[in-house]
Amino acid sequence: MTIASTAATVAGRSWLRPGTFTLTLPALLLLTLLFMLPLVRLFSLSFAGGFGWYEKALTGGLYTVILYRTFEIAGIVTFFCLVIGYPVAFLLATTTPKWRAIGFAFVMLPLWTSVLVRTYAWMVLLGRNGIINRMLIDSGLLDTPLSLLNSRLAVILGMVHVMLPFMILPIYSALTRIDPDLPTAARGLGASALRILTTIYLPLSLRGIVAGVTLVFVVSLGFYITPALLGGGKVMMYAMVIEQQVREFLAWNFAGALSVILLAVTLVMFWLLNQGVARHLRD
Amino acid sequence: MSSDRASSSPQQSGRLQVDAASKRFGHVEALSEVSLSVAAGEFVTILGPSGSGKTTLLKVIAGFEIADTGRVLIDQADITELDPALRNIGMVFQNYALFPHMSVARNVAYPLVMRGTPKAEIAARVGQALEMVELGGMAERLPKQLSGGQQQRVALARATVFQPRLLLLDEPFGALDRKLREQMQIEVRRLQRRLGLTTLFITHDQEEALVMSDRIVVMDKGRVLQVGPPNEIYEAPANPFVADFIGESNIFVGVVEAGGGNLLRVRLEQGPVIEVAGRADLAARPGQRVRVMVRPERFVDLAADPNSASANRIDGRVTDSAYIGVSDKYRVVTAEGIDVLMRLPSGPSSRRYGEGELISAGFHAADARLIAVQ
Repeated sequence: MTIASTAATVAGRSWLRPGTFTLTLPALLLLTLLFMLPLVRLFSLSFAGGFGWYEKALTGGLYTVILYRTFEIAGIVTFFCLVIGYPVAFLLATTTPKWRAIGFAFVMLPLWTSVLVRTYAWMVLLGRNGIINRMLIDSGLLDTPLSLLNSRLAVILGMVHVMLPFMILPIYSALTRIDPDLPTAARGLGASALRILTTIYLPLSLRGIVAGVTLVFVVSLGFYITPALLGGGKVMMYAMVIEQQVREFLAWNFAGALSVILLAVTLVMFWLLNQGVARHLRD
Repeated sequence: MSSDRASSSPQQSGRLQVDAASKRFGHVEALSEVSLSVAAGEFVTILGPSGSGKTTLLKVIAGFEIADTGRVLIDQADITELDPALRNIGMVFQNYALFPHMSVARNVAYPLVMRGTPKAEIAARVGQALEMVELGGMAERLPKQLSGGQQQRVALARATVFQPRLLLLDEPFGALDRKLREQMQIEVRRLQRRLGLTTLFITHDQEEALVMSDRIVVMDKGRVLQVGPPNEIYEAPANPFVADFIGESNIFVGVVEAGGGNLLRVRLEQGPVIEVAGRADLAARPGQRVRVMVRPERFVDLAADPNSASANRIDGRVTDSAYIGVSDKYRVVTAEGIDVLMRLPSGPSSRRYGEGELISAGFHAADARLIAVQ
């Protein structure tokens, strides 16, 4: 709490310095032109003719169901990213420099590869004639190939793969900031490995966990390419509906309303997650 | 109440024994056949420069490192490879290692919670421990809301609340200013006596070691160089390292001309001959090169005390002088070029020498300590 409020006062003060504002001007202009103006435009389009478009988006069963599904998938992806990412981050933070470098190469490599390439790679792996099905059939475990592709499982798998580094990095960063004497002290005071994890590492890396969860969840809500390719049209997410409205029906007003809803919901989630942490840190 | 605690606990005040412990990190021999024994309730300081292996020794005792060879015993029980969580050893870390997300009370309660102590008892014992370090009103604060000295006390309370068999202190006063440091030295000693805790204290500060310890263990390069009570370490260093590391010293190099046993006559490199007390444990025969140490405060101003029975006499010119308060500190260079540091008592009745003045000072043969024979 104190750290947060100190950061706030520092930031507040820096705004008062004339130099800082001038320096942020290029970035501010860029963001205004590329993000704020289209957003304002979309916003005004969505209100053309009153709240009609919102009524359609929020009462039409289909769109609320897809919104709910989108949340569900983002939630599942976030959960798996956390469960897989925390141990990886922990290993990276506690291992020797050599293994840390090797581990980081594995974590960062996918990040430097295009999402499209990674998604196609999953299609090669999961397809009816893909590597996994071939191996299962050749080994005699299966007679007919599994339909792994074009399923929720494929979408979640692909999304977890894409989002994992975004969970690992903030948690890793939080873990490396923990004074290594603290777990040592806890051990000397009689704590088992599990108790050290629950009483020292987890609470002290909470900020990293929340940052990772927020990042993964919020980005997952707006995912487009991976579900579109791995879901094969069977798994609809909100961003895909928006794209469909624009590309196929040229329904800009409705697409605008859907976009505003997704943005609003995302911001609310973001705010809720941060509130949760702020309250926890105050206690 | 606290004395009840001390006497009612069967685990209190363990006897520590380290048998020929060695530890290597790659090519560095951090500990080399270190043996050490600490009696129940004793306060022993491990003194050495950084890199002397003192922290490694502490880690081996606490269990955070396992010795390559050798054994660690508490009350005759071998704990060399025992999980540190099961050793029942309290430790105060250099930076205190307080858990930043827990209140003072939760920090102190931590070892009790880990031991499954009943809640009511935890509350009582935490309260007691905090009272003992005079932090009764601070229970709900977070560590970062406390001063360095207060954090130190919390660390001390946390390390003693579970009645450990041994207390380890790893340079705990390093971050404190001088005044607070001196106050904490006294308090730690008081607490340790009250609890009857066997304590091993690590420092590189020789003054601190002299003030606090029952016995001092001087270490360098992974080896124990001397073990003894503070006055012995100071007055009778066993070798040049100890002589140089502890206190200020003049080290003279010369060749034995005559004598043996009780008294040696040593001709210094620069020419003059001095009388030096012999050492039973360090034989020196005529012709051998020796090193001799004289503490600066052992010199007597012969002008002020002409009847002094000093066997040795130094005549020289003052090149530097400083008023320290309790004494005057002089750097004196003799005609032969011997550089001598002396501290003479200061005060209204004693004379102060300025730079360039001549001074005659003497010292007893008994104050010249033989520290090495080659």
